[in-house]
Amino acid sequence: MEFFKKVSNFDFMGKRWYAITGSLVLFVFSIISLIFPGLNLGVDFTGGTVIELSYTQPVELGAVRNILSHGGYSDAVVQNFGTTRDILIRVAPRADMTSVALSEKILEVLRAGINNNQVEIRRVEFVGPQVGSELQEAGLLSLLFASLGILIYVALRFEYRMAIGAIIAMLHDPLLILGVFALGGIEFDLTVVAALLAIMGYSLNDTVVVFDRIRENFSRVRKGTPEEIINRSVNETLSRTLMTSFSTILVLIAMFLWGGQVLHAFSLALLIGIFIGTYSSIFIAAPVALAMGLSRQALLPPKREENDWRP
Amino acid sequence: MNQYALWKYILIAVCLVIGVLYALPNLFGEDPALQISPGTRGVTIGQDTLTQVTQALDNAKVAVKQATLTKQGLLIRLYDTDAQLKAQDVALDTLGRGYVVALNLAPATPQWLTAIGAAPMYLGLDLRGGVHFLMQVDMKAALEHAAERYVSDARALLREKKIRYLMVARAAGGGLDVKFKDDSERNQALEFLTRELRELKLSLQDNADGLHIIGTIPEKEQHAIKKTAVQQNLTTLRNRINELGVAEPVIQQQGEDRIVVQLPGVQDTARAKEILGATATLEFRMMDEEHDPREAIAGRTPPASKLYYERNGRPILLQKRLMLTGESIIDAASGFESQSSSPAVFITLDSKGARVFSQTTRELVGKRMAVVFIETKVETKNRDGRTVKEKRTVEEVINVAVIRSQLGKRFQVTGLDSTEEARNLALLLRAGALAAPMEIIEERTIGPSLGQDNIATGIFSAVIGSLMVIAFMVIYYGLFGLIANIAMIFNVVLVIALLSIIQATLTLPGIAGISLTMGMAVDANVLINERIREELRNGSTPQASIAAGYDKAFLAILDSNITTLIAALALFVFGTGPIKGFAVTLTLGLITSLFTAVMVTRAIVNLTYGRRRITRISV
Repeated sequence: MEFFKKVSNFDFMGKRWYAITGSLVLFVFSIISLIFPGLNLGVDFTGGTVIELSYTQPVELGAVRNILSHGGYSDAVVQNFGTTRDILIRVAPRADMTSVALSEKILEVLRAGINNNQVEIRRVEFVGPQVGSELQEAGLLSLLFASLGILIYVALRFEYRMAIGAIIAMLHDPLLILGVFALGGIEFDLTVVAALLAIMGYSLNDTVVVFDRIRENFSRVRKGTPEEIINRSVNETLSRTLMTSFSTILVLIAMFLWGGQVLHAFSLALLIGIFIGTYSSIFIAAPVALAMGLSRQALLPPKREENDWRP
Repeated sequence: MNQYALWKYILIAVCLVIGVLYALPNLFGEDPALQISPGTRGVTIGQDTLTQVTQALDNAKVAVKQATLTKQGLLIRLYDTDAQLKAQDVALDTLGRGYVVALNLAPATPQWLTAIGAAPMYLGLDLRGGVHFLMQVDMKAALEHAAERYVSDARALLREKKIRYLMVARAAGGGLDVKFKDDSERNQALEFLTRELRELKLSLQDNADGLHIIGTIPEKEQHAIKKTAVQQNLTTLRNRINELGVAEPVIQQQGEDRIVVQLPGVQDTARAKEILGATATLEFRMMDEEHDPREAIAGRTPPASKLYYERNGRPILLQKRLMLTGESIIDAASGFESQSSSPAVFITLDSKGARVFSQTTRELVGKRMAVVFIETKVETKNRDGRTVKEKRTVEEVINVAVIRSQLGKRFQVTGLDSTEEARNLALLLRAGALAAPMEIIEERTIGPSLGQDNIATGIFSAVIGSLMVIAFMVIYYGLFGLIANIAMIFNVVLVIALLSIIQATLTLPGIAGISLTMGMAVDANVLINERIREELRNGSTPQASIAAGYDKAFLAILDSNITTLIAALALFVFGTGPIKGFAVTLTLGLITSLFTAVMVTRAIVNLTYGRRRITRISV
């Protein structure tokens, strides 16, 4: 089977200003949504306690809330988690009690409240405030470190204009994912940071393949403007870009649908990221490099040898 | 054209065999088992213990799958978890105190695989259930504690030498402060103390209120104190966890002042938290029987005493002089006194503690001594919009008893109300005292059923995902897709083998990492196959197209993998816990995929198409 019998000839570069404008608008939207409503930070970053409970029979959220507020936990957030038998309780850090006491107390209150419905603790997570801020710091540091490392590598392997294009495309992706998470109020935890970094690597992977082809075409194809050559390169790698994205999406869909609640936010971030990453490596990375003035001369330093003597 | 040298085929075959062998142990699952190890020092486990336990299990009609003597003790494999629980009761009854009987899941790896050092991956807490704690050791308290010890030492030393002083106290900035009336006594003391308290830096200071010797704790010594505090706490935690009977606990120092505790498979998390969370220290102090506690309540506390309260709220005056701390206690057991058969606690001290204790108690027979239980609770309060930490120390006298005779290495506490009280006191004494209070700053508890679910969903989604990729690759690329699939499966085997060899911990994000590499590993083959198609379209012969496709795609594959690797490394360096697991599998997967996706597929392609004239290929 083959979707691209011939090399496609879409005019990506001609449309680049539409894409860049569109991305800028989304950029601004993302930044606004990061300020308001802002990210729904999980317990990893804010500190606090999360308790996941499983009942033997379906349970009314209202009833659980009632019991908890009677027991003195009116600030507890109660929600379903997957099924109607599973619930998730979130409590902000409390002044008068350690987490150790807290989860026990809550369970006690709940056991007393609902008869004939056995309750089991599935998971308790408590993160102290100082650990929360440390994890935040580590998350930011890893984003920074990854960006810098990649910037240096691309600048060394290719050319600084391309490195800038790659970095912009790469930063573009997590920012838009963050925007989606902020707008959707999806919980942002440590696994999402991992997903963001994986997406940065992935998006770059796509970009590098396109850049690789651009470099090759600049040295091979003697005529044509930089715009034409870049456009041709994007088209030539298009089927690969789409196929790889597709195969990764297959894995992610399985993870999103059947991977369980713990991987939900993680796989969702990756899934959104693959779409955005594919888009950015086609519409953002190369156009930015072109806008920066990428040309044949820039890529072909006089001494550069292309080894064509291959068997 | 398109032939590989023989060594490449051999290399691939060797990797395949090693990969399969070392990945294999993960397929055999685990047996519910009992792990019996020595609980207190001096207890040994040998062949006779083994026979004793198996005999008892036989009598109780508990079927044993296998019982072996290992380096750690006894490992008894059973057929199911019911038998496991029953066997634990039987073993506890048979062996009694002194042994730790822990429930465990022992890998059911066959003998011939363990012989070559193959072992399954270690499952993380999110997959097997259990508790994870991160505890912060309060270093300020450790230093204060040390200063307190110097104060008490200095007081005892000066008394012993009959050097008269006005006051011995903790200095404002930590350390020691001794006040004297005249200079000759001070000089005498300085000479003496310099010899005895070598760790301290002593200096003279003349204030309006008198002549002082100030002892400061040097930086180096402070460092040593902190280090000892963490070590001491680690030991205490180990002892406490032994009480719980947990197999394969992880108790490690993290950073300068933190301790990680992981208790896999712990079902009764409440009890674990109770025992770990109690950040208590013990102190033995003499009762001040000359003064009335009511005076102290009114604000007239005698200078050498301090006001305490008993558990029932009754005030009691104790001398400031510290007799002994809980650090000296080796063992404490509850039982019954032989004569009156009333509940009692039997205490054993270490030799240093015993020496001090026998010296001091000789002159104090007939006097009352109290055990003070000091619990430190840290509370996080919200003040003016900022979170503030506040420490509250609860000091409680848990026991007051008359010293009946000079006390030595072994002694008993009687006059307890109930066996329950005796048991609790023994546990508190035995669990030892922490050198410095600790606070749980992070806790993650995964119930056992959630762990099971996580494994099931993780593996199920990975399998479904890979099946979809496999189907897609075959449909889209025909035979070359099939070859890519073989390489992808080979890649998964290699990743699992590597994880097993380095005994990495597999977590749920780790499984996600493996399945993500499956999606990304085929990327290299997509690149190659697209290149081959391109070459064919340009009119090259099939053989030439294969060669050119692999050659031209290689640089792009390398570049793209290295950039992803950089991101994975950033995750590894800064990530914690499960995130690290994701980074490890992602990194390993990327590296092995370079080998499988390029070299292994090429080898298969060469074997299929190489050395012959072909007119078309299935790509």
